[in-house]
Amino acid sequence: MSTAAIADSHAADHGHDDHDHHEAGFWRKYFFSTDHKMIGMQYGYTALFFLAFGFYLMLCMRWSIAFPGEQLPWYLRLFLVDKFVSNGVMDGGLYNMFGAMHGTIMVFLGIVPLGFAAFGNYVTPLQIGAIDMAFPRLNMASFWCFFIGGIMMLGSFFMPSGAAQVGWTNYSPLATTAQLDYPSVFWTGQTMWLLSMVFIITSSLLGAVNFIATIINLRAKGLTWMRLPFFVWAMMVTGFLLLLAFPPLEVAAIMQLMDRLAYSSFFVPQGLLIDGQPFNVSGGGSPLLYQHLFWFLAHPEVYVLLLPAIAIVAEVIPANTRKPLWGYRSMVYGVLVLGFLSFIVWAHHMYMTGMGAWVSAFFQTTTVLISVPSVILLTCLLISLWGGSIRFTVPMLWATAFLPMFGIGGLTGLPLAFNLIDLHLHDTYYVIGHFHYVVAPGVLFGLFAGIYHWFPKQTGRQMNTFLGHLHFWPSLVGMNMLFAPMMVQGIAGFHRRWYDGGLSFPLTTEKPLFEAGTFFSKIFANGEVITLRDLNILMTYGAGVLALAQIPFIINFFGSQVFGKKTHSDNPWKATTFDWATPTPPPHGNFTSEPVAYKGPYEYSVPGDSDDFSPQWEPTKKEDSKPEEEPALV
Amino acid sequence: MSRVLDWLQLPEVASLHGATVDAMNEFLHLFMLVLFVGWTAFFLFCIWRFWHKRNPKADYVGVRGHASTHLEVSVVIIEAILLIGFAWPFWFQRVEAWPTGDDVVEVRAVAYQFGWAFHYPGQDGKFGRIDYGLYTENPVGLDKEDPNAADDFITVGNMTLPVDQPIIVHVSSRDVIHNLSMVPLRVSQDAMPNEDYPVWFTPTKIGEWEIICGQLCGAGHGSMRALYNVVSTGDYAKFLLENAPAPPVAAASQG
Repeated sequence: MSTAAIADSHAADHGHDDHDHHEAGFWRKYFFSTDHKMIGMQYGYTALFFLAFGFYLMLCMRWSIAFPGEQLPWYLRLFLVDKFVSNGVMDGGLYNMFGAMHGTIMVFLGIVPLGFAAFGNYVTPLQIGAIDMAFPRLNMASFWCFFIGGIMMLGSFFMPSGAAQVGWTNYSPLATTAQLDYPSVFWTGQTMWLLSMVFIITSSLLGAVNFIATIINLRAKGLTWMRLPFFVWAMMVTGFLLLLAFPPLEVAAIMQLMDRLAYSSFFVPQGLLIDGQPFNVSGGGSPLLYQHLFWFLAHPEVYVLLLPAIAIVAEVIPANTRKPLWGYRSMVYGVLVLGFLSFIVWAHHMYMTGMGAWVSAFFQTTTVLISVPSVILLTCLLISLWGGSIRFTVPMLWATAFLPMFGIGGLTGLPLAFNLIDLHLHDTYYVIGHFHYVVAPGVLFGLFAGIYHWFPKQTGRQMNTFLGHLHFWPSLVGMNMLFAPMMVQGIAGFHRRWYDGGLSFPLTTEKPLFEAGTFFSKIFANGEVITLRDLNILMTYGAGVLALAQIPFIINFFGSQVFGKKTHSDNPWKATTFDWATPTPPPHGNFTSEPVAYKGPYEYSVPGDSDDFSPQWEPTKKEDSKPEEEPALV
Repeated sequence: MSRVLDWLQLPEVASLHGATVDAMNEFLHLFMLVLFVGWTAFFLFCIWRFWHKRNPKADYVGVRGHASTHLEVSVVIIEAILLIGFAWPFWFQRVEAWPTGDDVVEVRAVAYQFGWAFHYPGQDGKFGRIDYGLYTENPVGLDKEDPNAADDFITVGNMTLPVDQPIIVHVSSRDVIHNLSMVPLRVSQDAMPNEDYPVWFTPTKIGEWEIICGQLCGAGHGSMRALYNVVSTGDYAKFLLENAPAPPVAAASQG
């Protein structure tokens, strides 16, 4: 085993100039692998686990919102020890803990690792015709940093204090002063959250550097910038976002850590009264500084979540409409502008902090401006459908549904861009509905499309279509049952982070949605009045539908790896990008011969061709009279 | 205007600027609805018309012409009008054009885990000195030795305001960040610890509503409730007289 490992690293050192690889040993192959595909899969499996876990936390929260004060059902209590719940009932503290961890886990340990790290790692080198990432060992270091960060985050649940409970934003001074009454402040969830973030961000930085270096340096011969698949462009922009946006939060996390452990007070002003006692710190700190540092990361972070999903959809749509991506150049420029603008919109999360007129005018303007490239991206994807010959394969179903769902998410962001309207909508369920439409039926649908799309390449087997439909349709229904009512409640003034779902604010929440005796009240409530708060129950059932809908996926995902129908082609979707030119599954080193790109990424249904696809790696036939330049310019 | 567009079923509005907030909100939602319906119609037509059984041969070019560019430009123009015509000036009015005059009522709202205390300057209209060290003495940190504090008074959990007069609420917190959110007034302002951020509005209706804490502040956040009641000018004067312990100016004039 050790010989093989040495031989392997020897080959890696020499840049893989021979393709005669030795089989690595078990540990080097499955654990400490430097192969981008294995690392991608490690990221993928870990992220899927965290997504499921974050989803479970949400189910508990939604139960508490819909049925405040009632015992959680047995299937949710299975994983809860008595330490957390007395009599199986959630209280405000536990709700906050689950809420904070739901947000943190979904964003930092679920979506980013799945979208950017898993798909990015697996697909990017394949699509640019590279044998691996530029720095394979850095790649491995990135995964293990992430893994340690994830374990710490999970482990914090088992500390005496439980996990962090100050929201995924972790605002000071609440975050600084929380859980200080434990014997060891170091071993509290709040402290562990910060340490864990340091690991996770370090991981992202290592990954980001690697992606940028890989895409700039390792493109195959002939793969010029405008021949890059859109996926690769999106990954590069995402890489820059991570590289430039994450360090401020890493710094903020370390500063807050110092506030907790080393008696500094970067983010805490003097003279506070905490739990009836004066809170003695040297003072002079600014809570607003933390918010600025946090949102300077966290707004670009939104695009880190989003771009991989758009990128996947931009691959799935041309392959399944059998025509080029419409407006490829516009999309490329759009994503570059989007990346730049995402750095100067962050304070729109802080409109209600007492912002002056000019600062607010600036951030409102940039926020409205960023809608322009977003609309270009979505419009190009939508227009790409026109004139296609659409095959509704399972990945295409997800990619198709992504468009209107992400459209709702994007449009509902528009009112929130305006300071004035934010006076009404700030921190309400409207905000929750908005970003969940972006991230859940938006980003997640894109990521599911990716899983179904590249599964045959990764395993050499197809996922089951029937189970795919059984996954897709209920998910679509569940998502909308869950998130659409949030808009209604948000408009009515329901605020987020109410563990009892608004029970404490009857003047706001008990307004009738359907009066007694009306049609809906007769169907759903025996003719009694249905209040806005009753929508909580509908949403919780929506979450239940969503949970059940994931069962066929889990069966399909694992079952198809063993029992799935074998693919007899390396290019089962008849696609055009380099990822489909490799053997299936791609071996260490990826390609059997050096790939060369002869044309743009999406040459489908080229006029005069007998086939409806013309892969990048096939030379253009002499007799063809088709133009050499990129298709579908605006 | 807002009546015409009143399709969002926004909750009752009870402040002067609230009508503007609602009008813009409703117009913007109408704009979003138009875009969404248009896009969805195009989307549904595409997935029906270009299904591979209906359209076996894909078209290499797809959409020709510049309809999407025109659409994009129209969206930008509408957004620019909203921004420059409404969003900028109205926010300027919120945070720069502070009301002045004798009828302006000022109150301090001090948030804590998990409730609100309200500090009234009394008949003289002047707040007594605030000392953060005195939070242990009273919920708003008022220095009672200060001459201006003589007629100041504090209420907990309930804020009384006069109708049709401009109000300035100085929002503050003595522990963590909270947010003073009053839905019918269309007011939301973060309460930053030991900072004073004022917010102003003019209530237009008499009634009693809830103050919601709009920023996560700990385990009791979900039930951090206070009330505010807007009363007639006469009732407000009575309220002041009942509460101000020694109204020096008023006493002198009465005497």
